[in-house]
Amino acid sequence: MKVFVEGVGIVGPGLNGWQASQPVLTGAAPYIDASVVIPPGDLLPPAERRRTGLPVKVSLAVGLEAIVNAQRNAAELPAIFASSAGDGENMHCIFEMLANNGREVSPTRFHNSVHNAPSGYWSIATKSMEPSTSLACYDESFVAGLIEAATQTLASGNAVVLIAYDATYPLPLHAARPISATFGVALVLAGKKTNRSLAELEIGISRKSNASTSVANAELEAMRIGTPAARSLPLLAALATLTSEKTQTQDKIIPDRIYFDYIAGNQLDVVVRPC
Amino acid sequence: MLKGRSGLQRCDFLDVDLDTYVGRVSGLEDLPVRADLAAYDCRNNRLAQLGLAQDNFTEAVAAARQRYGRERIGVFLGTSTSGILDTELAYRHRDPKTGALPESFNYAGSHSCYSVADFVQRVLDLAGPAMVVSTACSSSAKVFGSAARMIQAGLCDAAIVGGVDSLCLTTLYGFNSLGLVSSRPCRPFDTERDGISIGEAAGFVLLEKTSALMNSPLAVPDAVMLLGVGESSDAYHMSSPHPEGAGARLAIQAALQAAGLTPGDIDYINLHGTGTKANDAAEDKAVFNTFGGNTPCSSTKGATGHLLGAAGVTEAIISALCIQHGFMPGGLNTEHIDPTLKSAYLLKNKQQTLNFVLSNSLGFGGSNCSLVFGRMLKRAER
Repeated sequence: MKVFVEGVGIVGPGLNGWQASQPVLTGAAPYIDASVVIPPGDLLPPAERRRTGLPVKVSLAVGLEAIVNAQRNAAELPAIFASSAGDGENMHCIFEMLANNGREVSPTRFHNSVHNAPSGYWSIATKSMEPSTSLACYDESFVAGLIEAATQTLASGNAVVLIAYDATYPLPLHAARPISATFGVALVLAGKKTNRSLAELEIGISRKSNASTSVANAELEAMRIGTPAARSLPLLAALATLTSEKTQTQDKIIPDRIYFDYIAGNQLDVVVRPC
Repeated sequence: MLKGRSGLQRCDFLDVDLDTYVGRVSGLEDLPVRADLAAYDCRNNRLAQLGLAQDNFTEAVAAARQRYGRERIGVFLGTSTSGILDTELAYRHRDPKTGALPESFNYAGSHSCYSVADFVQRVLDLAGPAMVVSTACSSSAKVFGSAARMIQAGLCDAAIVGGVDSLCLTTLYGFNSLGLVSSRPCRPFDTERDGISIGEAAGFVLLEKTSALMNSPLAVPDAVMLLGVGESSDAYHMSSPHPEGAGARLAIQAALQAAGLTPGDIDYINLHGTGTKANDAAEDKAVFNTFGGNTPCSSTKGATGHLLGAAGVTEAIISALCIQHGFMPGGLNTEHIDPTLKSAYLLKNKQQTLNFVLSNSLGFGGSNCSLVFGRMLKRAER
């Protein structure tokens, strides 16, 4: 499958947006670990925004960033949300309430508990009536999202936005599912090359024969291993390298081939080519 | 369904103290998952295992595995709450000093949203693409779209699509907090309707490439085809449908367009029809504004309850059975159809040849999906 990347959005510890993250991902600037900073979005009214959890805030921020970078209209793009898990803070509160005798679950907590809560808030915020799906594939959720996004854009001919996110769980859930970082990434993907295209991705599933591609920086590598949405980091590093000024001046760029672990003894390989 | 029987019963699930009816699958407590997959043992996966054992489904998948190879069959399943009942119960047994969950708690095999697809892929010995779609009550309708696209893209030749959702406290008490749980068996489209009855189910469909089916002995006259999938978002509210059914209407229109059909071609509509005031009113507008008031329609939730993440596939299977048996199910429990609802809601079973059936699934977060099924030969004639 061949698809084209038109825009990128990213939020993670020490990774504050695509512009600022590119030199960190290429190794041109040092990685400095810091708390996640989510840009205050103006998509949702303040009252609505207050009700939302971290996963919603992260998804809306990266989704919007990617779409602005791609100079697309959010209301016109089908959206694919991929996350290994939902809003752990919110679920923790519900589980505590249910373990008590009263068993009062707040209506807001309940509707925020669905896996597609970010998708619901996204469509409300962007006024998009386009299709939107929300999927999960444990540690391989980003990969599953990339596959779904590619098949959607190829089937419909429309550009789509892929939004992958994960948020750390509070204790005691964290001990059972130790997601290491809160991380979000968004890619606007299209089936056709346009003047917006940053890179071409050739995506294929095959039986596993290669180790998954790592990232050079040790702290980012730990984030990649510990956070399903951060499994995207090698792809983001390749995109950052490709679009950096330095490589654009070179005559010939060698395509980057990235291997992702996938399920059931499979791997996803992605060849990243300049446009 | 032919006999008009409902599977709803007074809620006797665990120690739930709500005045409501549920569709509970009995005996799951005594049906652990098979020993080699014990790490996946939870109510949701037990229900999945029970579902896979019905109607020679596992045998049909084994035959497909022979035809295509285990890497060429995908698994795309819907669920809303996966195995979180295990987490709910584990929270009752936290260590009083540290707050830790019991050591027996296994997140990946139960709570994890992906758990059921992982489990089903292993039970069926498949190794193709897999994922879970979790878009609340439209989950297991939307997997049909994903599977069709995966097959179209050549990533697999066949797919297990379906959904599994099981009773848990979060949904029972959560829907109750929204005032959406009825104290009687749900009455879709009734003047007095006052909410849903929650049920549990596992449903699976083996979806295969048309080209393969046309040339196979399976191309029998009563084979049913997935002709169109339509998806949309309400962009309106997290837990209330768009009052005019605008999103639902978009999904219906997209499904008809994908099927190459017009509203007049549809013989019967299996409604989402949950039995809440808001859903039925909004869906009625979407249906009436697309089809007018003559296309027979009904909700089967009076029989099954609202199966949440398993509703889409269950109603897809019902739609296929309706086509194969020339049968339209009357909606159960409904006594007086709400006069403000204008669609042609069926109260009694009706025998009639059906060529094309549409099924609606509408979920929280404004996630809508409509599916169109049809008779294979009828489609080939067109």
